[in-house]
Amino acid sequence: MDALIHQFFNLDIMTRALPLVLQGLQQTILLCLIVIPLGLAGGLLFALASLSASRAVRYGMILAIDFFRAVPPLVLLIFVYSGLPFAGIRLSPLTAVAVAFFLNTSSYYGEIYRAGIESVGRGQWDAARSTGLTAFATLTHVVLPQAVRNVLPDLVSNTVEVVKLTSIASVVALPEMLYSADMARSVTFNASPIVLAAAIYLAMLWPVVRLISRMERRIAS
Amino acid sequence: MNAFLEAFFKPNLIAQYWPLILKGVLVTIEIAFAVVITGLLLGLLLAVIRSLQIKLLNALIVVFVDMFRALPPLVIVLIVYFGLPNIGISIPSFAVLWLVLSLVLAAFAEEIFWAGILSIPKGQWEAARSTGFGFLGTLAYIVLPQAVRLTVPPITNRTVAITKNTALGTVIGVPEILNQATTAQSFSGNATPLMMGALAYVILFIPVVALGRFLETRFAWRRS
Amino acid sequence: MTSPILHVRALRKNFGPTEVLRGIDLKIAPQELVFVIGPSGSGKSTLLRCCNRLEEPTSGAIHFDGVDLMARSTDINAMRRRIGMVFQSFNLYPHMTALGNVTLALRKVVGKSRAEADALGLAALDRVGLAAKAKSYPGELSGGQQQRVAIARALALEPAMMLFDEPTSALDPELVGSVLAVMRELKAAGMTMLVVSHEMRFARDAADRVIFMDHGLIVEESPPAQIFGAPQETRTQAFIAELTR
Repeated sequence: MDALIHQFFNLDIMTRALPLVLQGLQQTILLCLIVIPLGLAGGLLFALASLSASRAVRYGMILAIDFFRAVPPLVLLIFVYSGLPFAGIRLSPLTAVAVAFFLNTSSYYGEIYRAGIESVGRGQWDAARSTGLTAFATLTHVVLPQAVRNVLPDLVSNTVEVVKLTSIASVVALPEMLYSADMARSVTFNASPIVLAAAIYLAMLWPVVRLISRMERRIAS
Repeated sequence: MNAFLEAFFKPNLIAQYWPLILKGVLVTIEIAFAVVITGLLLGLLLAVIRSLQIKLLNALIVVFVDMFRALPPLVIVLIVYFGLPNIGISIPSFAVLWLVLSLVLAAFAEEIFWAGILSIPKGQWEAARSTGFGFLGTLAYIVLPQAVRLTVPPITNRTVAITKNTALGTVIGVPEILNQATTAQSFSGNATPLMMGALAYVILFIPVVALGRFLETRFAWRRS
Repeated sequence: MTSPILHVRALRKNFGPTEVLRGIDLKIAPQELVFVIGPSGSGKSTLLRCCNRLEEPTSGAIHFDGVDLMARSTDINAMRRRIGMVFQSFNLYPHMTALGNVTLALRKVVGKSRAEADALGLAALDRVGLAAKAKSYPGELSGGQQQRVAIARALALEPAMMLFDEPTSALDPELVGSVLAVMRELKAAGMTMLVVSHEMRFARDAADRVIFMDHGLIVEESPPAQIFGAPQETRTQAFIAELTR
């Protein structure tokens, strides 16, 4: 029991690791502020493209979305970061993460938006168009507001996934929170710094997870 | 264009390394399979236990589920992989990967199954009980069959997402696809093995993703 | 007929292999109320929806107020403002108030300021007797009230003609009257109307002409007294007999 506490909940080591881990937290937050808006915007574009009238665009987009949902994010990241240089494209860890995350998260957000748009009945579209609203105006004022409202739990849930996903950036040595915590672990031979990082993740995300559960249950009933 | 093919599709490298990638594929499939089975069964079990409405058990389940839904899988993997040996428990890396991913899948699956069970109208329970079914019987014959059908699309989506995390095994040395691919890449100084690895994942998972898309349209899960 | 406001020629519409409209010729004069009746599947709704190109005709010509609706150079959005449409399922925007519903197109398409649009919107709501419900959301209104708001939404754009697609079919019987009253008022004020509906009594009272459609074609068209009293075609007779049973 003592060994357990010493190895995983060593307060002394946690305190010493805290500054480093907090610095990592800053990077994590910065990363989130970059990739989440990128994903939300990209997802909307992907969704609209996947609903295009042109069959070529539609099939092409759906293929791309399924491709990026089938490839594990870590594989995509490693490919962008250490594979692309072989083709002459060398990206910084941050840019590589941004690109890989954009492709991956836009696909997931895109599917959510698409489901939302499809859940808004055809009648809404008809009514708006029949009053002379352009397709763009109809989308902006009538369809999207309802679509987003319908899939809000899924959007929030996916955003939580994106926040958790930033931890894989540690594999390409981006100094976010997990990387910093792991660094502290390798120096102290003790897992407590990582437990500290875990605690911070919990503090950030537990409330949101609770909220999502409640939203999901209210919709299911 | 030629440079691109040279960098990512060099034929002699493809011939040289495809057995290695295939080995990685087998490892990935084995672990994914194991994770799906244990994860879903555990999730279902937890949902059933939760329906017994025993306050203490419910609290424990909720804490477990929330934790494993809020933590990044890689964080848990590193804690278990680096921490356990230091307290004398030594398990191989593939077992660590299987254990962590199963628990994560179980946590998500429990929530999905639970939402499914809750969505079955009370009338179904009453009808079953009034014809003499006990609690477990009602669950087994009336409630779960309906609930599980409802949950097929989200379960499929979530399962795919979590089994893709087998790629995280590369960080702790599990010889799955990504690991084999990056090793081969370092040896050969060429990104072809990496491309092969990526394509291996695509071939493995696109059918499942397409299946999920098909199921989504077949079973409309949420109608707002 | 003096220059018709709506002139449909040889209109055809296929959905895949199915021929829904098989050559419709129709002229509507200004201020006429034309009623369309027929069995389900006869293409009545499709005909209506082709008139403002919500459905794209497969072939044929539609001229509204002299403008060729099918021409590539025609600004269909501008034309749609001049043709009002009322739907069976109302299709009000649930996330906006009644006033919001009525003024959206005024603000976004016509470009009116919020103050101007609100004034016009309130006037339209007043015409259908719902000025008091301007701030209510569709979810708070009865079916009949929702449909009247939908009518106001079309009216606010000052259309030259209105299309009604089974406006009362989704309403509880006791609410139908309020909607028909509004339609009667519109007719009295001189609005040109093309109505698809089962409300035969309304047709008898208010329609100038009744058209019977079956299997994608116009079978018979005459004033209501004749169609209901002495239908010429056997199919019309059978349909009327079924209705009045």
